Amino acid sequence: MPRIIKYILYDILRTRFILFYTLFLLLSAVGMYQLDSDTSKVVLSMMNIVLIVVPLVSIVFTTIHFYNSYEFIELMLAQPVNRTVVFLSQYLSVALSLLLAYTVGIGLPMVFYGTEASGLTLILSGAMLTLVFVSLAFLSAVLTRDKAKAIGVALLFWFYFSLIFDAFVLWILYSFSDYPLEKVTVALIALNPVDLARILMILQLDVSALMGYTGAFFKDFFGGGMGFAFATGVLLLWVAVPLGLAMRVFKRKDL
Amino acid sequence: MISVEDIRKNFGNLRALDGVSVELSKGRSYAFIGPNGSGKTTLIKCILGLVIPTSGDIRLEGESILNQWDYRASIGYMPQIGRYPDNMRIGQLMDMMMNIRNHSGALDEELIAEFRLRDMYDKPMHGLSGGTRQKVSAALAFLFNPPMLILDEPTAGLDPVSVEILKDKINRERTDGKLIVITSHVMSDLDELSSEVIYICDGRIHYNDSIDNLKQETGHESLGRAISKIMNRTATA
Repeated sequence: MPRIIKYILYDILRTRFILFYTLFLLLSAVGMYQLDSDTSKVVLSMMNIVLIVVPLVSIVFTTIHFYNSYEFIELMLAQPVNRTVVFLSQYLSVALSLLLAYTVGIGLPMVFYGTEASGLTLILSGAMLTLVFVSLAFLSAVLTRDKAKAIGVALLFWFYFSLIFDAFVLWILYSFSDYPLEKVTVALIALNPVDLARILMILQLDVSALMGYTGAFFKDFFGGGMGFAFATGVLLLWVAVPLGLAMRVFKRKDL
Repeated sequence: MISVEDIRKNFGNLRALDGVSVELSKGRSYAFIGPNGSGKTTLIKCILGLVIPTSGDIRLEGESILNQWDYRASIGYMPQIGRYPDNMRIGQLMDMMMNIRNHSGALDEELIAEFRLRDMYDKPMHGLSGGTRQKVSAALAFLFNPPMLILDEPTAGLDPVSVEILKDKINRERTDGKLIVITSHVMSDLDELSSEVIYICDGRIHYNDSIDNLKQETGHESLGRAISKIMNRTATA
């Protein structure tokens, strides 16, 4: 398996898309540092980019890559090799290349301009989001039969987690505003990896006071070591569950 | 060597294979013939384990191959369309396949030599023509000296010289006692390369006999005419 990963990784890292992605992150991070000298403000601005761009790029790139490699995957499966090995080497190569692009793009300016703990949280939560959306992309790819449909499903996942879900949460909070909703909100947020990453970041940045009473509750819940472990644990579940489902489907899929 | 036992495969409402049984034995070369969408490729993919049959069994030397993967060490497969990762080089692909196969015996590099692929080992896949990719696929299928070869439209897209090289190679392997399965729409190629005809239509096998018998039976010397007679017969029946 390591040799398969090595060659596929080598192939992906040379695609223009990955280079552009790295460059885009690099330029926007450098740009932010140029505009502002307060590192925590820089991290906040970068967070807004990361939360939109990272899920979108990860899910679309992975889906397209899967379908472009379809014939090659077929050829590998015609060799004496277990389907799980082929699936995992595909997953790991795509995930590693996107992670590498992300850490270089965001991390390099941080090394250069300097940062604090919040910067590390940004790298960590962005990396988690990458893994989550690569998993979701594999799920959408194995569930569909053609590329266009798979990209459609992938975009739907992104829309749902980036926009639709938040509207839904706002609607609930607004309609039931007469009741104590703190615990419900935490439960709801666990259902959306993007929100989890956002909360992790915001609490690091000490702007949670702006969020009123709920913010104070979040600070209390997520601020401690337990809350951090909870958020990371739930994010890991968001990586593992779609990946496990995708693998189950892939093992029985007709190619 | 391979026995296919009453295989059925449904894709939703479509019956791609509808009770196919066939014995394939060593030293023979089988031509799978049939209209587009008749189930040839699905049958091949079932043997390769790429498509999982709805019911029925496939045995290699008596052992069921369903949900197994190590049996594929004895199969070399040349796909109809060979698409490889764009930035991978031919040499890297070969190296990767050797790693996947973990082959201990001697390698068969005849096709690599005859197609002069070694000179192109540093070229990335995206720069290669369709024909060159086809040569790479062919070389890979024969590389590990497998006792069984499955070739899906092997001559499509190759230049005349390379077609002859590939045909000679297939015939050499056949006389060496290997089992060969070929699908093609070029009847003259099949006439040269195979000894048996399996005619598949609508997911069933309508004809399974040697080419000589087929020609005798229909009274036509060319395989193309003989097959079209069979096709007409099954269409009116």
